[in-house]
Amino acid sequence: MTTLNIDHVSRWFGNVVAVNDITMTIGPGVTGLLGPNGAGKSTLINMMGGFLAPSTGSVTLDGQPTWRNEAIYKHIGIVPEREAMYDFLTGREFVLANAELHGLGAKAAHEALATVQMEYAQDRKIATYSKGMRQRVKMASALVHNPSLLLLDEPFNGMDPRQRMQLMDLLRRMGDEGRTVLFSSHILEEVEQLAWHIEVIVAGRHAASGDFRKIRRLMTDRPHRYLVRSSDDRALAAALIADPSTSGIEVDLAEGALRVQAVDFGRFTALLPKVARDHGIRLLTVSPSDESLESVFSYLVAA
Amino acid sequence: MYDPTVARLTYRALLGRRRALILGALPLLLLVIAVAVRALAGADDQTAADVLGGFALATMVPIIGVIAGTGAIGPEIDDGSVVYLLSKPIKRPTIIFTKLIVAIAVTMVFSAVPTLLAGLILNGNGQQVAVAYTIAALVASIAYAALFLLLGTVSRHAVVFGLVYALVWEALFGSLVPGARTLSVQQWSLAVAQKVADGNLVTSDVGLPTATVLLAGVTVLATWYAGQKLRTLKLAGEE
Repeated sequence: MTTLNIDHVSRWFGNVVAVNDITMTIGPGVTGLLGPNGAGKSTLINMMGGFLAPSTGSVTLDGQPTWRNEAIYKHIGIVPEREAMYDFLTGREFVLANAELHGLGAKAAHEALATVQMEYAQDRKIATYSKGMRQRVKMASALVHNPSLLLLDEPFNGMDPRQRMQLMDLLRRMGDEGRTVLFSSHILEEVEQLAWHIEVIVAGRHAASGDFRKIRRLMTDRPHRYLVRSSDDRALAAALIADPSTSGIEVDLAEGALRVQAVDFGRFTALLPKVARDHGIRLLTVSPSDESLESVFSYLVAA
Repeated sequence: MYDPTVARLTYRALLGRRRALILGALPLLLLVIAVAVRALAGADDQTAADVLGGFALATMVPIIGVIAGTGAIGPEIDDGSVVYLLSKPIKRPTIIFTKLIVAIAVTMVFSAVPTLLAGLILNGNGQQVAVAYTIAALVASIAYAALFLLLGTVSRHAVVFGLVYALVWEALFGSLVPGARTLSVQQWSLAVAQKVADGNLVTSDVGLPTATVLLAGVTVLATWYAGQKLRTLKLAGEE
C-alpha cells in the first residue's frame, strides 16, 4: 500500500503561481490527473516525483518527503513527458542502465522489456524509435525495479490508438496489482477510459475530485451552446424551443445564425436533425461554440 | 562514490561521434604544428617550450576541458534526460563525482597525451620540456574538468562561459594583466611543471605551495558545489 499525500502545496515561479494550494491523497489504483494545458499538471507531477520543491506545503510518500530524498526512488517509477532519452543507446542498453542504477541486473531489464512488449526492437538504437516505442521503453525503465508508485506525465501524447490501448491495458494491470498509478492528461476521454479516480486541476487550482462518472456528468450536464445556420432559421428556432432539451435560442442577425443553448446534450443532438428533417429545413452549419476543454473546465470550476 | 553505470553513460555521451571529432581536432592540430615546426626550424628547446606553453597548455587544454567538463553533464540537463539518473536511489554527489572522473580522464587523454607526443616530436623531450608540459596538462585537466563540470551543472550556456574563461581570461587577460595570472589554472599547473623542467624554460607567476593549494581547493570546492546544485536541480520551470 503506497499513498501519496499532497498537503496544501503551492508552487510559484517568480510572479506566476503554477500550483495553488492543492491538497489531495493518491492511493492504490489508477488515478487520472486531468486539466487543460498549462494548468500546472507537470509542475505538480514534478513535485510528486521530488524534482521540484513546493514553495509551501509538503509532498510525502507514506510519510517520507519526496524532495531531496534519493532513497524514495526505490519506490517510485517515473515516465517523464520530455522526449529526451539516451538516444545513442539501444533500448536494451537503456533499460539495463536503468536497472543497474537501481542495483539490479539484466534479468530485471529483460522482464521490464517483455512487460512492454519491446523485445522485438530492443537491439535498435533509441534514436530510430517511433514516439510510441520511446514511450514503451520509458515505461520499461520506470518499471524495472517494480515500484509501488508510478508517475506518468502525459503518457499518451503522440501515441497511435493501438499503442494507446496497449499502454492503457498495462496501466490498468498495474492498478489491479495494487500499485499506485498516477497519470496526467488533458484529454477527458483518455482519463475516462482508464482512471478509477480523477483529480481535476484548472489554472493551478484543484477543481474537482472523485469518481469519473460524477465528473463526466458534471461536464456533460452543463448547458451546451451551438451556432446553427439553416435554410429557415426562424422556423427551426420555433420547432426547437418547443422541446425541453432547449433552454434558449437567440437569432443572431449579424452572424445570420441561431445561437442555441441546450440543457440536455444527448437529447438535443438527436433532436436537431430530426426536427430539421420533419420541417423540411436544411442544416447548413452546426458548430458547438464552447466545446473547448478550457470552457468545460471553467464550467467545472464554477460548479 | 563512483557508479560504473553513470560512468559508462557519460563516456558514451562524451565520445559520441560528433563530440569525439571536436575533441580530436585540436590535438591533431597540435601534432601537425609540431611536425611542421620540427621540419622547418629543427629541434630547439625554446621553440618547443613556446609551442607547448603557448598553444598546448594555454589554448588546447582549457578548450578540451570545456568540451569534456561541460559535456559530461550539460547536455543531459539541457534536454532533461538527466531525470533518468536523478530518479534513482543514488546520491547526487556520487553522480557528480563519477562524471568528474570521466571528464578528467577524457581531458587527460585528449590533452596530455598529444602534449607529450608533440613535445617528443619538437625536441625529443630535451631539458624535460615535453614531460614538464605533459604533467602541467595532467594537473590542469583535473582542475579544468571540475570547474567546467560545475559550470555545466549551473548554466545552460556553460560552453560559452567556459570558452570565454579559457580564451579571454586565461589566454588574453592573463598575458596582459599580471594579477590575473595568479588566478589562473594555467599558471598553477605551470608551477608544478616548473619543478620538473630543467633550466628556465618553464616558469610560473605562482609559487608551488600556493599553486598546489589553489588547484586542490578549486577542484574540491567546484565538485562539492556541483553536487549540491544537482541535489536541488529543478527539472520543471517551463510552465
